[in-house]
Amino acid sequence: MISRRKHKKEPETDLCVILFHSTSEAIRAESVTKKSGLQVKLRPIPRHLSSDCGICLTFVPSDRAKVEEALRARNVDYDRIDRLE
Amino acid sequence: MACSEVTDGRVIYLDNAATSWPKPGEVCTGMVGFQTGIGANPGRSGHRLSVEAGRVLYQARERVATLFNVDDPLRVIFTLNATDALNIAMRGLLRPGDHVITSSLEHNSVMRPLRRLEKKGVGVTVVPHGGEGLLDPGDIRNAITGETKMIVVNHASNVTGTLAPLAEIGTVAREHGLLLLVDAAQTGGSFPIDIIADSIDLLAFTGHKSMMGPQGTGGLAIGNGVDLDTFVPLKTGGTGSRSESEEHPDFLPDKYESGTPNTIGIAGLGEGVRFVLEEGVEKIRAHEMSLAAKLVEGLGTTPGVTLYGPGDIDRRVATVSFNIDGIMPSEVGYMLDEHYGIMCRVGLHCAPAAHRAIGTFPEGTVRLSIGYFNTADDIEQAIEAVNDIAKEA
Repeated sequence: MISRRKHKKEPETDLCVILFHSTSEAIRAESVTKKSGLQVKLRPIPRHLSSDCGICLTFVPSDRAKVEEALRARNVDYDRIDRLE
Repeated sequence: MACSEVTDGRVIYLDNAATSWPKPGEVCTGMVGFQTGIGANPGRSGHRLSVEAGRVLYQARERVATLFNVDDPLRVIFTLNATDALNIAMRGLLRPGDHVITSSLEHNSVMRPLRRLEKKGVGVTVVPHGGEGLLDPGDIRNAITGETKMIVVNHASNVTGTLAPLAEIGTVAREHGLLLLVDAAQTGGSFPIDIIADSIDLLAFTGHKSMMGPQGTGGLAIGNGVDLDTFVPLKTGGTGSRSESEEHPDFLPDKYESGTPNTIGIAGLGEGVRFVLEEGVEKIRAHEMSLAAKLVEGLGTTPGVTLYGPGDIDRRVATVSFNIDGIMPSEVGYMLDEHYGIMCRVGLHCAPAAHRAIGTFPEGTVRLSIGYFNTADDIEQAIEAVNDIAKEA
């Protein structure tokens, strides 16, 4: 189930990132957006965005409105949405 | 279907009100799967195993939320057991000067925290109940004072199996703006519970009874009407969130969950609740109650046996207390185990007030409690065994 890839840097793409107050919120947001058919990915928070040791949710900027709507519909709370470039 | 490896002869397990056994096979494989395939600390790191552990917790929250109709899974707090959840709710919300109403059928998990709060200045009224353990919502209404803040009742008694009239109590609570805290240790997973329709503000549940999880799991579902600003956590500490701050977080579930959780246990609970949802609570209740009806009928017609709790099967759960004339409950329990391989619980069942109320204090009763994996054959053998013991008494 877990792939063991060698260090291969993924190509840097323009992404949106949602920061949350807690891991539980982030995982709930992942569950809610995936159920809406959206492509999202959880990853550790880049150090320059927050000192917190938690995780954030990334997605392509063109999905931003749909992601925000999906979260609003289920009352999922989050800290903020940033651009990861 | 269920996982058990008891090889010491045939055992008939009728102590499901203490903890359910056996568990669905998926509960055991889920726990092993977590420990061997994931194992990490949820919410403490950003790596994939930690995230996966977080997903295990979240899935379990989501299933519990579905079971009890909780709108937001993050309003399901995981605890060690129902006692832990009840302590969090009562001690977190009641202050000196407040008044709380409870019933005489409560378990010590409610009574002891309340007696302790009483010493600190919380007013406590214990409403008595009728002969079969039935509670009159009118008595609760009459006990309300200007300081009343909360009503605490069990959904079903662990002694008599009596169901509380939750809908009516919920109406009383709503009409007077009181918080309703329900101890669902004996019903969660085997009786339909809808915290919105039943007007429940706080639902304390245990994971290891009808929700089929392992021991060391339980939780508190917090309704949308509870003001979290005045709901103080009993414990503070590490949550994995807001690590930069020395102030405890004020959001759910972290506010009431400090320290590394029992993730392996909750992995099992998540599988247990999935089993319950897939089987269906109505089907589980129907099976248990068909066996309970058989047991009540069989014991009720046995000479020398006194049954406690409601005769009306619709007003009870599948927990049946009785005594045999002229023989102590402890002796009956010993004989059931030693000669018939029947596991039961005898004595006071951690609920002395309930036994005072039904007149069985201090000896208590013999309690047979049915679970989803019991069969008609188990019940027939239990009735036969009690018949034998009563004849010899």
